[in-house]
Amino acid sequence: MTEDLVEEILESVNLHRSFNKNTPHLIINANEVLSSHQVEGLIMEPEELPDGVRAKLRVKKGVKIGSPVHLCFGLLPERGVQHIVMDIEIEDEAEVSFMAHCTFPNAVEVEHLMDARIEVGRQARYSYFERHWHSEEGMVKVVPVARIELDERARFSTEFELLKGRVGLIDMDYLTVCQAGSSAEMRARIFGRQDDVIKIREAAVLKGEGSRAALTTHIAVKNQARAEINNEIIAEAPYARGHVDCKEIIQDNGVARAVPVVEVRNPKAHVTHEAAIGSVDSKQLQTLMSRGLSEEEAVDLIIEGLLS
Amino acid sequence: MVILEVRDVSLQVNSSLILNRLSMEFQAGYVQAVVGPNGAGKSTLASLIMGLPDYQQHTGDILFEGKSIKNLNVDERARLGITLAWQEPARFEGLKVSQFILAAAKNKDKKEVDRVLEMVGLEPDRYRSRGVDKTLSGGERKRIELASILAMKPRLVLLDEPDSGVDIEAIDRIFEAINHLKKDGTTVLLITHSPKVLEKADYAFLICRGTLVDQGETSKIIEYFSGKCLPCPHQNVPEFNSAAVSGGKI
Repeated sequence: MTEDLVEEILESVNLHRSFNKNTPHLIINANEVLSSHQVEGLIMEPEELPDGVRAKLRVKKGVKIGSPVHLCFGLLPERGVQHIVMDIEIEDEAEVSFMAHCTFPNAVEVEHLMDARIEVGRQARYSYFERHWHSEEGMVKVVPVARIELDERARFSTEFELLKGRVGLIDMDYLTVCQAGSSAEMRARIFGRQDDVIKIREAAVLKGEGSRAALTTHIAVKNQARAEINNEIIAEAPYARGHVDCKEIIQDNGVARAVPVVEVRNPKAHVTHEAAIGSVDSKQLQTLMSRGLSEEEAVDLIIEGLLS
Repeated sequence: MVILEVRDVSLQVNSSLILNRLSMEFQAGYVQAVVGPNGAGKSTLASLIMGLPDYQQHTGDILFEGKSIKNLNVDERARLGITLAWQEPARFEGLKVSQFILAAAKNKDKKEVDRVLEMVGLEPDRYRSRGVDKTLSGGERKRIELASILAMKPRLVLLDEPDSGVDIEAIDRIFEAINHLKKDGTTVLLITHSPKVLEKADYAFLICRGTLVDQGETSKIIEYFSGKCLPCPHQNVPEFNSAAVSGGKI
């Protein structure tokens, strides 16, 4: 029974053929831990809750986890709530990358709530790629909240991708605090359709000298979908560097709003931003159409590029 | 055989007459050039032949292989085999060179990407996975544009100022690509104000202020263009109007 559920979840994210159960992983359906495997230096302590799972993950000092840690959070029923509480600690000089899949293939009315606290130690490296797989019809409410602390010279990168199926409602709130010499990269790529609603707040506080942050958000909305992006970088220390990049393509009656906020509190810090919202670029469109693509094919390819 | 006929075409934008009763016939399988000084209407003519949205409100007709294409959209014209390489090619954030080329390619095999990149002198291993974006130089971007056109195997290609913004090596590669196109039987229409590019044509048309001034063997047009049009005697002459050249000679 459990193996069937694992198979169903992996199949929904197209990993059923390639998945190796000896790789470090944690697979959850609703509030049930279906499978987990840890390797030397990686400690995972999942605990089932009434409406989800609390997971403590720790990478010991100086340990470099060779292969990505697979995290799979699924909710297979049509309705339900899944609350994931993550407590992640990457100790000094350790390295780890996560490949996370969140899947709701049958969703009619699903809530996926994520509360994460992430500490990345001195000179440690952490990368997290998160891909969402939603149903074509359903209403999924995704509310990820993360608070991230980067110690000196830590490296942190996160990428959120939601391109398959309906978004439903996503309300993301990530805040990273960066100490001296550390760097944070946060990327989000989302395609909203029908009456999807996309709300993103990504923020970085550059507290330490020479700390860096790049916040990149690329969104496409069509039909009646709406997107509101609030990206913010506050630079408090000398030689802190930051960049906010927000690009949104709108089609049909889609609505997009971008609010890049940059605040610099030290004369030796430097933060830039760029935001572009509009329909598909006419020259790009005409170039592809002059090669024989229909307007629809050309728009799809341009959006595929923007969201790649 | 005439592949493309521009028949008595005029185009007015606001109160300016950009093309004035222009008629030209282009022969299949040859490299031909439309030459003229800046502002002569050359790029407008290319855009109009391609059917770009801002250039469709013209009088007269455009015939491709004897049939009017006046009411066809850009993609419909492209599917007949007409394409355009822009003076400044568009850049596509996130799109890889291989995706861009394959989108146009008749043969969707990935080997086609390598084949056409080699034809324009770009090493496939270095370029197929690069983005068609601002990390490419002007010359690289132009060559990738030509690679995509080579993969498309068009019947008629309009090359708008193929030498602008590129270095000497890139120009040589672009000229080689033009030779490849001609060898494949593609009709090439060069839009240029450069005598160096004009030399590559078998036949040329000289236009000035939207009107055909002369046409003939390239050497004859080069002599006329270099002698009388560089520098353009009509710049800063407000009273000059196209009626002055209606007889075919200025």
